[in-house]
Amino acid sequence: MPELIAKSALDGHRALTLGSVTLAEVNVGPITSVALLPGGEKAVAKALKPLGLAMPDPNRFAVKGAARIIWTGRDQAFLTGVQPPLLEGAAVTDQSDGWAVLSVSGPSAIDALMRLVPVDLRASAFPVGRAVRTPLNHMTAVLLRAEEYTFELWVFRSMARTAWHEIEAAMQALAARAALKP
Amino acid sequence: MRLTCPLCGSRDRREFHYYGAADYLHRPAAEDAPDAWDIYLHLRDNPAGVVRDLWYHELGCAQWLIVTRNTVTHEISGVALVAESAK
Repeated sequence: MPELIAKSALDGHRALTLGSVTLAEVNVGPITSVALLPGGEKAVAKALKPLGLAMPDPNRFAVKGAARIIWTGRDQAFLTGVQPPLLEGAAVTDQSDGWAVLSVSGPSAIDALMRLVPVDLRASAFPVGRAVRTPLNHMTAVLLRAEEYTFELWVFRSMARTAWHEIEAAMQALAARAALKP
Repeated sequence: MRLTCPLCGSRDRREFHYYGAADYLHRPAAEDAPDAWDIYLHLRDNPAGVVRDLWYHELGCAQWLIVTRNTVTHEISGVALVAESAK
């Protein structure tokens, strides 16, 4: 087996800052989908325990060291940042190459995302630790608030450049509007 | 219009896809009489009042939902997961 060079979906896209919003690609490490099989809860809970993690509640994610677990659906989560342990009781698939992860950060990041995403992203409704599945325009996406001013947006790898373009357009509109202010 | 997904919470209409009456959940067995299949495929009530419909949370958690809605007042009185109603 030859050694292949792994390339991220947005290889070559340098981080873009317009006004107070920065758009960048993030490398989140391995991504593993963990989908509970019927009756598999206990076995999965046991396997995740050494990582200090558990299956997350809906619309939540949890962090422990380098490992993160993100809710992505009913009885389903993405384990990321670490190689997965042996997970009996779940259907486990490697999704590392299937997703592109963007970070949208800065005090106005929320204003750019609010143009594209139909959920309330204000800190009162969407605090750090929330992760939702919601569309970015017509793209299916996972959106989470990693820090107060940092959102992470997960889209299918095939949609990476479209997502970048959409967010960039929103950032440009915001920057143009800001430039008009006296 | 908004629907409150039991998993995701209150979400905008654009995240959902309408399928049809919840009657679709009661599929006859393959060997059932043609009448049963006729009813299943074609016969629908059309009440001025409460209806139960199937919606798919397409751009959200990808769950099928049973939405109870009043066609007169447009009130949505319940949203339940198909996966849990079948248990």
